[in-house]
Amino acid sequence: MKLQQATRYSILAVLHMASSPNEQIPASELAEIYGVSQHHLAKVLRTLSRAGIVESTRGAGGGCSFIGDARKITLYDIIRLFEDDWLTSPNEEAQAPTAVSAELVRVLGEVDRITAATLQSVTLQTIIKNAERSARRRQKENPNGDS
Amino acid sequence: MTDTELEVADSEQHDAQIVIHAAAHDDLPSIIQIDSCASGEPKPDFWRECYERQDTDSGSTFIVAKSGDAVAGYAIGSIKTWEFGAPTCGWVETIIVAPEFRGRGVGTRLFDSVVDYFKASGISTVRTMLHIDDYALMSFFRIQGMSAGPFIELEMRSD
Repeated sequence: MKLQQATRYSILAVLHMASSPNEQIPASELAEIYGVSQHHLAKVLRTLSRAGIVESTRGAGGGCSFIGDARKITLYDIIRLFEDDWLTSPNEEAQAPTAVSAELVRVLGEVDRITAATLQSVTLQTIIKNAERSARRRQKENPNGDS
Repeated sequence: MTDTELEVADSEQHDAQIVIHAAAHDDLPSIIQIDSCASGEPKPDFWRECYERQDTDSGSTFIVAKSGDAVAGYAIGSIKTWEFGAPTCGWVETIIVAPEFRGRGVGTRLFDSVVDYFKASGISTVRTMLHIDDYALMSFFRIQGMSAGPFIELEMRSD
């Protein structure tokens, strides 16, 4: 699955902030970590702020913080803020001019259904928790950090 | 079979009053009632068969979570070998929490208990199957650490 750059940055930024829910994180820090311009990131953060997922504070010590519920916000919730028209419309099958094209639309819809189920069932908390779980497992398997 | 009404994150708070143990015959009426409320379809014979299967199937576990005399939830785990060509693995066949006990970590404790049963049996792979549109239940399994496996379910109409 190929996401637009803004969508990928938004997911990474939200996950970064949700991992430290009580911290104000400077936008410059996020921009540097993920290699994105501050201008580009500001646009992403405005969209996330309008959706009630993050909050920005200006001035010294200011930054962005996560204000959503990591147990409930899914990847789908974030992606749909930045991408539209990325799933096949159910009407397309009915409007297909031939049986073959209708079958093709049905198969593409099958892919979309799996994609939607995956994205709507993966919460921010799941990603953060599973990343921690993987790190613990790696540490257990290789306590000295040797490759 | 799995419950469609399980709490999304199932809370990380564990209720100390909840005790997990093997299902008893006296638990069956509550088990049937909880499933009936969740699915809208009473299946008494099915649950009795699941319970009686314990006597003959050494590779399955049927556990209940109890708060005093009340059944808060229940789960079934089964060890299967070469089903769909897969080497031995443990299947979480059922996990259901009664509505009044959701959000108290009951589902997580039941899940952990089934996984512990598999581990004690030397099983390292755990699988389940659920409806593709049941995002809440899928989310529950994902937060436990489950993700898409190497199998996919297909079906067709036979008429």
